[in-house]
Order: sequence, then structure tokens, then C-alpha cells
Amino acid sequence: MESNLSRRGFLSQTLTGISAAWVSAHWPAMLSAATHARQAVKSASPAKFDFFSPEQAAEIEAFASRIIPTTDTPGAHEAGVVFFIDRALITFAKDNQELYSEGLLELQARSHELFPAVNKFSAAAPEQQDQILESFDPQSSGAGRRPFRRSAGAQSFFETVRVHTISGFLIDPDSDKRGNRDGAGWKAIGRENEHMFQPPFGYYDKDYPGWKPNPANADKPKS
Amino acid sequence: MTLDLPKYKTTDEVDFVVIGSGAAGGIVAKELSENGFRVVVLEQGPYLTEKDFGHDEIKVLNQDFLTNHPDLQPNTFRKTPDEKAKPQRAIAYGRLVGGTSTHFTANFWRFHEIDFKERSKVGAISGSTLTDWPISYTDLEPYYTKVEWEIGVSGLAGASPFDPPRSKPYPMPPLPVKSGGVIFERAARKLGWNPFPAPMAILSQPRPGRSACINCGFCLAFACEVGAKSSSLAAAIPMAEKTGRCEIRPNSYVHRIELDANGRATGAVYFDAQRNVQRQKAKAVVVCANGAETPRLLLLSANKQFPDGLANSSGIVGKNLMFNSGALSVGVFEHPLNDYKGFAVSRILHDFYELDPDKVGFHGGGGLDARFDMTPINFALGGLPPGTPRWGKGFKDVLSNNFTRTVEILCHGTSLPVENNSFSLDPDLKDAWGLPALRMTYKDHPDDVKLSNWLNARAAELLQAAGAQKQWSYPAGEQEFSVHLLGTCRMGNDPKTSVINSDHQTHDIKNLFLCDGSSLVTSGRGQPTMTIEALAFRASDRIRALAKRGDLSA
Repeated sequence: MESNLSRRGFLSQTLTGISAAWVSAHWPAMLSAATHARQAVKSASPAKFDFFSPEQAAEIEAFASRIIPTTDTPGAHEAGVVFFIDRALITFAKDNQELYSEGLLELQARSHELFPAVNKFSAAAPEQQDQILESFDPQSSGAGRRPFRRSAGAQSFFETVRVHTISGFLIDPDSDKRGNRDGAGWKAIGRENEHMFQPPFGYYDKDYPGWKPNPANADKPKS
Repeated sequence: MTLDLPKYKTTDEVDFVVIGSGAAGGIVAKELSENGFRVVVLEQGPYLTEKDFGHDEIKVLNQDFLTNHPDLQPNTFRKTPDEKAKPQRAIAYGRLVGGTSTHFTANFWRFHEIDFKERSKVGAISGSTLTDWPISYTDLEPYYTKVEWEIGVSGLAGASPFDPPRSKPYPMPPLPVKSGGVIFERAARKLGWNPFPAPMAILSQPRPGRSACINCGFCLAFACEVGAKSSSLAAAIPMAEKTGRCEIRPNSYVHRIELDANGRATGAVYFDAQRNVQRQKAKAVVVCANGAETPRLLLLSANKQFPDGLANSSGIVGKNLMFNSGALSVGVFEHPLNDYKGFAVSRILHDFYELDPDKVGFHGGGGLDARFDMTPINFALGGLPPGTPRWGKGFKDVLSNNFTRTVEILCHGTSLPVENNSFSLDPDLKDAWGLPALRMTYKDHPDDVKLSNWLNARAAELLQAAGAQKQWSYPAGEQEFSVHLLGTCRMGNDPKTSVINSDHQTHDIKNLFLCDGSSLVTSGRGQPTMTIEALAFRASDRIRALAKRGDLSA
């Protein structure tokens, strides 16, 4: 509700200008859709899992929490990433069900192999968990050129969980995907959880004096 | 006002059937229906409206909510004609009413005078079929102005010393500057260049039924939920529907243009939503299906009289495909820019629009823009500097610092036309309707790659002058994917070397017209949609004149 109130306040205080006519005609529908999505997210969690057993969910929760750990800002745990992945596996990512089921078994086996006293990944200490995950992905940093559209090609278990965790952390919290609970992921990266913005946007444009022609142009030949 | 009952029966012979409702099709539908003609627009995608749009990155980017779906309409790719093409996604276009204009960046540069007569100026270029347009910038100028005023473009006339002449200022001021734009402007001026406010097809002031931009931040690849982006969906199509003479018929996938015994087009054959075959009769056909689907439709329509496809006596339907070359440099700054707010681009420069081949050693030219067009998930997966950890605290720290502090400098440039670069029908792969899939053959002209890397060095220089704390560049290589699909049914006076004349009429079939990215003779310097829309206004004038003279009736 807090968020709704702030949006209404924003609306009445700052939208008396250019877009007021459009917004007054359309805003209630937009707001009610967003509110509904948000309440659905809230009422659904904590919830039963649709795909994972409680034991599997605990393993994925622990895995995701090493991909995006909780620090002085929210991590995968606070954003409810495990709920996002659970929903994903019965909807848009249902082709990955087997990958998860088999990958979780491998995760358990590897945890035990590397640390014989450990019977499951979630029971390992955080440093041990990182070592286990490094056996899947040696942190090879290969930030390539950004993909415009990510390919749907087959990926490893580790890479799939990594991409799903990041997606569940940063997805629009108003979507129906159950991720980024309460905008926790956006909070961590400094993205305000608002639907509309007004300038000034950031540090460098706040004292911009307005566009002025380049004085040097007077002598520039026209091409 | 959408989804009315059908206005026309398929058996009604309407004046025009327009195939495709994107940047060109929307304007052609508007212009023809406003001039009293009865028009049916057949669009393969659904009729979505503002309430259907949102900010769900998975739905939009991964599930192709707005775009051609590679499972339903796969394509193949190869670099040269001697290779066997492999299934590989090579194109993305808007597959909904409004087409790609619903989700584009909305950079709206006009072409410059040089783009229409470059061949005459620079002479022949080895390995390229570069040729002049049959029309000049002066011929198109009134129509550029029409686009700006009727469709809605914000910008500042006279701000760039390199701009071509214009008859009127922009109808509305530029969008607000972003922090990335300020950084770009200051650094470019330091280097003696001439940055200026980007002309954008996004409203800075409201228009009837449309909001000014609310700076929501989900712009490139997303459809606007407040009608601020000047797509055909938001601008031209409502005007066409208001005439009462234009029916937009969604979920109608045209796969054949039919001819009578005299070789005249009689209408279009399409699959409806239930995949039943329908035939819409019309006195004339205008194909605005984009630079990939337009040539494909002509090839799919081959018959006894035209075994190589319609309007293909020249043999160049689908050939001379151009993408626009491009390269990218990225900078991270000390303080938050928050460029995630708002539209993508607020400042550009055109100092390198016409480079001297004798000095740089290659042909072409281009522009730079300052942008942030990555939404949060895409940024986390593809926007971080090389060397960043892929997960864990190290990853999170860089992500958290950089998301608000990053700006990209995108270089846009020429693609030279190369005859082998083409769309054709794949001999093996079929789409979900059983039609031959698109096969793309593409290998950049070597000059395009040199140009991209030269521009990228300027982008790096700019970021350095701007005092970026960290910066990196992605070297340009040969492209294998594009959203700019140009030149595949080029315009020209000679029926042996072009597909349409300067009236957009096919040389071979009098009542068949083509207008979209396929009509372009040259690629410009990176932003084709403004020119596609100006051509659509002009084509509509020419078609109307021909129709009024009775030239289209049998």
C-alpha cells in the first residue's frame, strides 16, 4: 500500500504538467493492474512449491544465495528467487525440469565428494558452497558482448540456475513471474521501483543549463 | 476503437489490400483511407493495445511476446552462397499490429543528401552494387516533414551543422537530456565535435489520445503503454481506422499474392487465426511486410507466368540486403547517471557522416549516440565489463555499482550493398504453416567492418575525454543478426537492376506496389525508419495519383 500511496502522491504533485490529461484517463487501469499483480505476489508467498519438493527448494535457495548473496543489500533470498524458479519450471522454463532434477542430484554428490562430512549442499558452510560451485563454474569471467536476444540453446545446470537466479532477482516485480519480491533486487542495484520518472534523472544532468548551440559552429562548413 | 466487426468481406473487391501494418503499412493505410479508398490491412500478428504491454523482460525478450518467434518461423543463416545454411536466428521484427515500430529505439534521423547520390559522388566500390537513388533528398523532404508533424517527432531544428535543409522546424521540443547525454555533449565539444539533441519519434508533448513520454525506462524492445512512442499502432493506425474505410485484420498471415490471366494482382491469400486459407480480393496490392518478409512473399507467390517469383524479372528480389554496421563502447562513471530512466537516446553527433575515403582508407560514414537501452536482467547478463566475476559477491558489487553509472556509445554506420547478401527461400526448412523458411545469406563488405572499428575508436576517445572511470569497447566483426532489413527490393529506373520504380510500383506488375525497408537503395548511416516512413507518405501520394488517373484498373 505504501507504494500505491507514494504513486498517487507523485501523480497529484508532479503530473499537473504535460501528461496530466492522458494519465487521468488511463492511470486507474494501470495502477489497478500493477496493484493486483503485486498483491498476488504477496499473498502467494510463502507458499507451497509447485515443482520443487521442500528439500529441493532448500538446495536451490542455498545455491541462489551464493550466486547473489545477501550483503548490506538484499540478495536472492530476500527477492524470493526460489519461488520465481519454481514457477518458471512449470511455465516458461518447463523444458528445464529434468536438468534441475538431475542437477540437484549432481550437486549433492559433488558436495559430498568434496567435503565428505557434508551430505547436502545447503548444509555446507558458505565458503564450502563457493568451492562446490566453482567446481561447476571456475568464475571464468567471460562478459562477452551483450546479447540482444539470448539464445534458447541448451545450457549447463550451473549456467541455467545462474541465469534464472539473476532473472528472478531483477524481473519487473509487477509481472506475474513471482520474482524480485518487494523490488528487493532493484533496491540492490539502485533502480527506483517506480513506473514513471521525471528529470533531472541523475548527477550529471541535474545542473544542466539547457542546450546551447556550439559557438564553434559558426565557422564550420556545412557538409 | 479496435476489434470492430469486419468492415469488408473477403469477397468484396476493396480498393487496396495492404500487407503488413508496421512503419510503412500503417502510413500507407492512413493515407489511402483518408483519401477515400477502401483498405484492408492484413497483419500476421495479433492486435495488442496499451493495456497488453508491460515491463516483463522474460515475456518480451525471451518469449518473443512482440516479435517473430523462432519456433514458429525459424530461419537459416549462411555467410556465402556456396555454404549450406544452418538454422540460426538471424532476424527479429515486430509481429503485431504496428510491426517493428512498436518496439524500436525511435531514433529518427533523416537521411542526408549524400545518401541518395553517393555512387555519383564516390564512384564504383569494389565488391559493392552501390548505386544512386532515382529520387533525391529534395523529393523526399516534404515527406520527412510530414512524418515529423503527423506521426510525432521531437527534436531541435538547426542544432546540427550537418543537417540537410528542412522546410519546417520539429513540431515539439527535444526530450529531456539524460546524464549520459550531458556527459556525451561535454566530452564531444571538448574534442571539437558537434553533439546535438537526438531527434526521436517519442512525444515530448501530449497529443490527442497519446501521452508525452513518462520516462518509464522500458523502451527499446518494449511497446509503449502510454502511446508516447510514435509507432504505427499509436499514431497512423488510429487515424486510418477513424476514416471508417480501413479495416485492420490481425492474425492474417499472407503467403501468396494472386494474379489473373493478364498478370495483374487480384488480392492476397492468407492463413487466418485458425489456419484456414482466406482470400481477400482487391483492385491493387501494397506489400509493406518488411525487408525480409516482402521478398519472401514475392518468392512464395511464384506461378507459371512468373516461375522465379513475382516482380522478379531482374532476378534481384531478396538481394542487396543491408543491415547497417555498428559497434559499441561502454563507460562507467563516478556518480549515478540513472540512465535507466527514460527513453534510450538523448544526444547524438554526425561529425563523421561523410568521411573522406582517401583519408580513412574505406568507404562510408556514421553517427554516434549516447544511450542506455538495457533493462535490468539484460544488463546483469550482458552489460558488465570484461573480467567481472559471473556470480557471488564480486558480481553483485560490480552490478550494484554499475547499473546506475553506465552509459554506452553506440556507433551506427553504412552497410554497402552486396549482391550476394540476401533473403531467399530455404530449400529444406519449413515454418509452422508448412511454408519455406527464410534463408539469410550475409557477409559484411570489408569496408563496413573497418568503418565500425574506426567509429568505435572515436567512441573510446569520447569516453576518455569524458573522464570515464572504466571503459571498454567491443570490436566489430562480421554481423550475423539484424533488425534493420534493407534494400532487398530496391527502387530504380532500370527494370533490369531494380524491382520497383520511383512510384513504388513493381516494374513487372502494374497494380502491385512495395514499400518498406526493402525499397531502400542505400542504407544511410544507421537509422532507416524515418526514411521508410517518409517513403510511405510519398508512395501513398504516387499511388493515389496513379489510381485517380485510372491507371490501376484493368
